[in-house]
Amino acid sequence: MAGIENKLLILFAHPSQGRSEVNVQMAHVAEWVPGVTLVDLYAEYPTFDIDINAEQARLDDHDTLIFLHPLYWYSTPAILKEWQDLVLEYGYAYGTDGIALRGKTFFSAVTTGGPEEAYRADGYNHYTLRQLLAPLEQTANLCGMTWLPPFVLHGARHAKETGVIQSHLDDWEYLLEALVHGRLDLAALEGLDTLNPALKNQMQEA
Amino acid sequence: MESFLLQAFIYLVAAVIAVPLANRFGLGSVLGYLIAGVIIGPVLGLVEDTETLQTYAEFGVVMMLFLIGLELEPRALWGMRVRLLGLGGVQIVATTVLIMAAAMVFGLYWSVALAVGLVFSLSSTAIVLQTLGEKGLIQTDGGRASFSVLLAQDIAVIPMLALVPLLAAPELMNANWGGGISDIRFTAGGGGSILDGQPGWIVTLVLLASVAVIVLGGHYLTRPMFRYLALAKLPEIFTAAALLMVIGIALLMTLVGLSPALGTFLAGVVLANSEYRHELEADVEPFKGLLLGLFFITVGAGINFAVLFADLFLIVGLTVGMMLIKGLVLFSLAKAFKVRGAAGWLFTLGMAQAGEFGFVLLSFTTQNDVIPVPLGQTLLLMVTLSMLLTPGLFIFYERVIARQIDTDLGQEDEIDAAGPVIIAGLGRFGQIVNRMLLSNGHKTVVLDYRNDVISGLRNFGVRAYFGDPSRPDLLLAAGIREAKVLVVAVDDREKAVQMVDYVTREHPHVHVVARAYDRQHVYQLYAAGARDIVREMFDSSVRAGRYSMLALGHHPFEAERATRRYVKEDRHDLARLARLWDPEVSMTENEPYVNLAREINQRINEAMMQAQLPDNSGAERAWTPPPKGGRVRDTKDTAAE
Repeated sequence: MAGIENKLLILFAHPSQGRSEVNVQMAHVAEWVPGVTLVDLYAEYPTFDIDINAEQARLDDHDTLIFLHPLYWYSTPAILKEWQDLVLEYGYAYGTDGIALRGKTFFSAVTTGGPEEAYRADGYNHYTLRQLLAPLEQTANLCGMTWLPPFVLHGARHAKETGVIQSHLDDWEYLLEALVHGRLDLAALEGLDTLNPALKNQMQEA
Repeated sequence: MESFLLQAFIYLVAAVIAVPLANRFGLGSVLGYLIAGVIIGPVLGLVEDTETLQTYAEFGVVMMLFLIGLELEPRALWGMRVRLLGLGGVQIVATTVLIMAAAMVFGLYWSVALAVGLVFSLSSTAIVLQTLGEKGLIQTDGGRASFSVLLAQDIAVIPMLALVPLLAAPELMNANWGGGISDIRFTAGGGGSILDGQPGWIVTLVLLASVAVIVLGGHYLTRPMFRYLALAKLPEIFTAAALLMVIGIALLMTLVGLSPALGTFLAGVVLANSEYRHELEADVEPFKGLLLGLFFITVGAGINFAVLFADLFLIVGLTVGMMLIKGLVLFSLAKAFKVRGAAGWLFTLGMAQAGEFGFVLLSFTTQNDVIPVPLGQTLLLMVTLSMLLTPGLFIFYERVIARQIDTDLGQEDEIDAAGPVIIAGLGRFGQIVNRMLLSNGHKTVVLDYRNDVISGLRNFGVRAYFGDPSRPDLLLAAGIREAKVLVVAVDDREKAVQMVDYVTREHPHVHVVARAYDRQHVYQLYAAGARDIVREMFDSSVRAGRYSMLALGHHPFEAERATRRYVKEDRHDLARLARLWDPEVSMTENEPYVNLAREINQRINEAMMQAQLPDNSGAERAWTPPPKGGRVRDTKDTAAE
């Protein structure tokens, strides 16, 4: 495994995978990238009985944490919230001696049903996606992690029909490989609304 | 024979009529028996020779002490030592001295006065414990204080019996002293002792040996004996053995001149840790109840109206005075030993009477010419009257004092036994339930009729007891009255239904969790009153189904949800069917039942067809995204979209 500089941990959450058109494919792509550990949380914990020790050990073993999920009511599916509530313990993730996550990188790979225009101040969702994910961003801050803007596919409800899935999967694979091999300039990404345009630029430069 | 049957008939009729009536009016069974006795004795004159009967009936007290011993583990007895000696000892001495002083004021010679003091210092174990048990007050602070004193009194009877002959002939005391105190003490015991006239060291040795026989025999012999008897699978042999044990010990104690009550109490304590404890309780309890009832009737019947009415006011006055003195001593003790609030009043009012050992002591003193016979008769009436008054004092305590003080103090007199769980039947099913409850810090009592299972579990420290759990009396002995939950996990289907029926009817406060064999059994248990019914194979089969789904490639969360949905629907359907099922009507003739069963079948068939449709058919509601092309906002009230 020469060249692996960052080990990625992807926590994948989709409760109804038989109906998924994008997320399941993203998970399949991620599974085959060396240096990536993909965890299907709903498969591992069908009763929500999350093993805190195992999850923390997994975090310790990786450098970057990625939530992969569809946006449900401007947030994660329930099991990812449960995961945060249980695993990000005081004394581990934050608070006195809670430095286990310090220096790691954290972001979300999200699909939204609605179109990009909806996630604007004048759109029907009134907030940008990055604004809506503020709870996760602040979680990263409190835990001393570097927060990156979300990697997003808007309009996922019609993605199959509009034929944008394949290019999104390619971007996704590129993003993961670039992260693994440390080829991304993270500092340049931090202020953006989403990772997608920057990724396009960096892809073209590469 | 005819007269025996007639007498038995009269006693039983009196009891059967009076006791339920007394209970109905909240007077308690003791007063019921006493009233029954008064009616058939002095009022109607139907019975004679109550004294002979009373000596038999006193055996009920012996049995009661055996049962009390069974409830009391040796460690608990040791923990009571301060109260036994302190509370009990001081009560006896102080009461004796005060009553003796009062008697001397009335002009009695000091030795006679002392004998009177001794007679009245004892309270009635039979009445007090029976009443406390009936009212569920034994485990309260006041109940426990009363018990300590009663136990101390029962022990004190022995030296008292030794003292009485000395009082008869004070001038001979010095002459006898040289022969060794034990001579006098134990020959005084009962008259029938085999140790009459033996030297002191032999007496001591024999006494120690008898106690050793009880302790060691109880510890080492009972287990193999009961195990052997259990093989016979005849419940009445168990009862016979239990009675044999109690009677044998009583006999041994009488032979060596010790109190039979004390001996059986000791045997009870030795057996308190044994797995046969509840079975023994269940076996002896009915005999104790009947004999005690008989005892109370004879007390009532033995009242001599002629003597009573000759000096009615004097006797009643003396009785009240005696009870006041006793109450005063008890109340001061309650204060001194910090038995506070309502508990202190229970102790004072409940123990202020004279008791059955007073009868024994009285007949012994009159035999020994310590107390002249006419005075003895008056004293006998006083003892009886004070016993008659006691249930009234208990009622006064309950209705007036407990209410007032409990509202003031709140926490006093709380029953501290944390309602345990009874697990009936300890096969693979009951064992898992038991382990789960124990590991979560709950107390369980486990009942099974298989000896090997019980002794095996006891090796692991489980509180397991031998006995047929479908017997109501065994459940009572195991504490069904205080229990919160009963887990019915017996193999025998009929017995399970019987148990559920009995417990939901007689002890509705107990939550029943019943194990069912199949659907039919579920219906029966439901009809019997169980609501938490678990099919023994259901959950495991469902798990096997889920594993199969996983093996077929279903996502684990989907399999989990499918499992939950199946369980929910199946249990819902079963509950609906159980409500329609009627034990009187055969299933095929039960029209509503058949209709619902048909409807359910049809629905299941439809569901099977639907499951073959693609996942996004819309049949499932969870996490369904809006339909493609559907709007996420109603455009009627927004312009923004």
